[in-house]
Amino acid sequence: MPISKSHLRTTKRHSGMIPHIKKKHKQFQWQRKHLLGLRELSREEITYILDTAEGFEQISTRSVKKAPPLRGKVVVNLFFEDSTRTRSSFTLAAHRLSADTLDFSKESSSVSKGETLLDTAKNLEAMGIDIVVIRHTAAGAAKLLSKNINACVVNAGDGFCEHPTQGLLDIYTIRQMRGSLEGLRVAIVGDIAHSRVARSDMWGMTKLGAQVTFVAPPTLLPPDVRQLPVQISYCLDEVVEKVDVINMLRIQFERLGGNAFPSIREYSRYFGLTVERLSRAKDNVIVMHPGPINRGVEIDSKVADGPNSVILQQVKNGLAVRMAVLFLVNQAAAQT
Amino acid sequence: MEDQLLIKNGRVVDPANNVDEVLDVLIVAGRVAEVGHVSPAVQKSVSRTIDARDKLVTPGLIDMHVHFREPGDEEEETIASGSAAAVAAGFTSVVCMPNTNPAIQYETDVEFVHRKGRQARKTHVYVMGSITKDRKGEELAEMGMMAEAGALGFTDDGRGVQDPAVMRQAIKYAAMFDTVVGQHCQDNSYGRDGVMNSGYSSTILGLPGMDVLGEEAMLWRDIQLIKGANVRYHAQHLSTAGAVDLVRQAKAQSLPVTCEVTPHHLLLTDEAVSEYDTNYKVCPPLRKQRDVDALRQAISEGVVDALASDHAPHLQSEKELEFLAAPFGIASLECALSLYIKALIDTDVVDWPGLIRMMAVNPANILGIDKGTLSRGKQADVTIIDPNEEYTIDVNTFQSKSRNCPYQGWRVRGRVEQTIVGGEVRFERSKVSV
Repeated sequence: MPISKSHLRTTKRHSGMIPHIKKKHKQFQWQRKHLLGLRELSREEITYILDTAEGFEQISTRSVKKAPPLRGKVVVNLFFEDSTRTRSSFTLAAHRLSADTLDFSKESSSVSKGETLLDTAKNLEAMGIDIVVIRHTAAGAAKLLSKNINACVVNAGDGFCEHPTQGLLDIYTIRQMRGSLEGLRVAIVGDIAHSRVARSDMWGMTKLGAQVTFVAPPTLLPPDVRQLPVQISYCLDEVVEKVDVINMLRIQFERLGGNAFPSIREYSRYFGLTVERLSRAKDNVIVMHPGPINRGVEIDSKVADGPNSVILQQVKNGLAVRMAVLFLVNQAAAQT
Repeated sequence: MEDQLLIKNGRVVDPANNVDEVLDVLIVAGRVAEVGHVSPAVQKSVSRTIDARDKLVTPGLIDMHVHFREPGDEEEETIASGSAAAVAAGFTSVVCMPNTNPAIQYETDVEFVHRKGRQARKTHVYVMGSITKDRKGEELAEMGMMAEAGALGFTDDGRGVQDPAVMRQAIKYAAMFDTVVGQHCQDNSYGRDGVMNSGYSSTILGLPGMDVLGEEAMLWRDIQLIKGANVRYHAQHLSTAGAVDLVRQAKAQSLPVTCEVTPHHLLLTDEAVSEYDTNYKVCPPLRKQRDVDALRQAISEGVVDALASDHAPHLQSEKELEFLAAPFGIASLECALSLYIKALIDTDVVDWPGLIRMMAVNPANILGIDKGTLSRGKQADVTIIDPNEEYTIDVNTFQSKSRNCPYQGWRVRGRVEQTIVGGEVRFERSKVSV
């Protein structure tokens, strides 16, 4: 059910330790005990997470940065792939909700030998955990887990498929700046083919009414990309002037080996967000980056640190969004 | 051995002899003695009579592409368990692929498979040898000695021979032995790490894809290589519209090219992967609807010679891995016939004689074995089918050791009643304990 614009940004009425969910959601009941991706979420569900996150934002500004809703619960960070930012953010989010956390990292991504993913997860579950936050190089790993364990599963990135909390925090940040995504034009620039962020952004943003354009060399676009609900451009110069949001993806240097582009220098020439390019954008354009950034490659330092950049705001919002997600999946699990 | 066996009143479908009518089949001493109306005197004297009223009586079905995993992965399948599955599915002959562990690459390996097959006493077990040592695509395996030991052809199935120079030599060399050269057409340059078809579905799922061009490029290359080489070439488990089109063109030029298609590529598309169910992970991967349509069209035109199950059993524990890590393959032998009926007869792509041509006559011809017909004097391999019996596919009834089958729960029709191998009833549904 679409939410009319007039209902967005109603006054916040937070009371007590647990955020008050706004009046417009009176009829709505969050029911998912897993967050696997934004593709499967409705517009209403996405909005509900964002509104819940708004309620949590203020916890981080208190002197005592803690609320009790996950007290006595155990959140496991099950990371099969390197991550500093996302894991820290989830850990902090869990702690702010008073959960205990357990970090479980595995170097190896290929689990065809040794203990399988399911065995690892079932072993953890036997220790009495409540929520698994999983990052894995294999697309579908979070889904596989959700079908085989009783704990809640939160996808923290699976292969090139989805990174829903990143998508949500991107959307949250834009909404914070502009009130709504309705009618906004968003450019996502870089290695779309291998980006779970691009996919989660695409599903979430288009559901909330934004127009998304993927900007990349054809070698970094996935197969049948024109069947996705986005526009495609090979030319950042053309797109930069028209958009309200520019989300710069990190370029992976290992793509050079696959001849996706001839050199970093040439990539930056066509797809780097330089000061000069930004000068042709709308004055209030929002510049985003999921991090970690390659300064001087996909984004100039002056742009990353400049007035249009919300890169650190994204990190900050990530915490509130992840608190909301942990809170909601736990609540849904308690109801079933 | 039952000395005399009479199969009465069945609809005999023997396309090699243009027979499709209700007749009796008399088997004496393991051979077809008569197909016609057997006299009452003979009827009385036979040691056993099978009433085949409302049943189909066909030449024994041949599956020219199975993986029985022995030697090396006996926990997934053995030649004995696979053979039991084969006769339960109506197949009186099967051809094992050489991608075992170690690969079938010496005459002793061929003899081993034959011996295990004989010991199983179910179906005729044949084998293809590897084209190259350890299937690495580098050095030729001892094709001559394997052919002498009875290998029915060569392939590095599971992967294609990547290097054109190696394939050129293999094709030239194989011309000495009058055996077919098979190919798993897949040029790895077009998707080395791929785990499913490259396209919209792989994009949505975030999985690395395999481009249709990989199959088509290798097939095109091989068709050029066989020109003038005087060797028979067989493209295994084709899956794309472009690939069957290449075969169509090659046949129009009278090149000795044949091909086979699996049930998976006639019934499923890459959209089936949507839930990361690894039972749909198969190689070649499930393609798009237009490919499925093109394969069916090619079958209706006679471009596709054979149907093959590509029975590829795997352990459940392996299939429970991430989609990226799980092995390719579907255990399909025991539902293959019903799947072909669903894909091809229920859709009016072919009739029964057309189906039996692709399941018996043509495979025998490609392999160069004296089978596939019910001609008088031939070894009596016969399959009796109840074409109308409906049932639900249940992997737990499989004779195969493995259960990796995405057709679980499908409502299908067509059951094998008896499978007769060399005149001996080797499978009888009525005797299967449920």
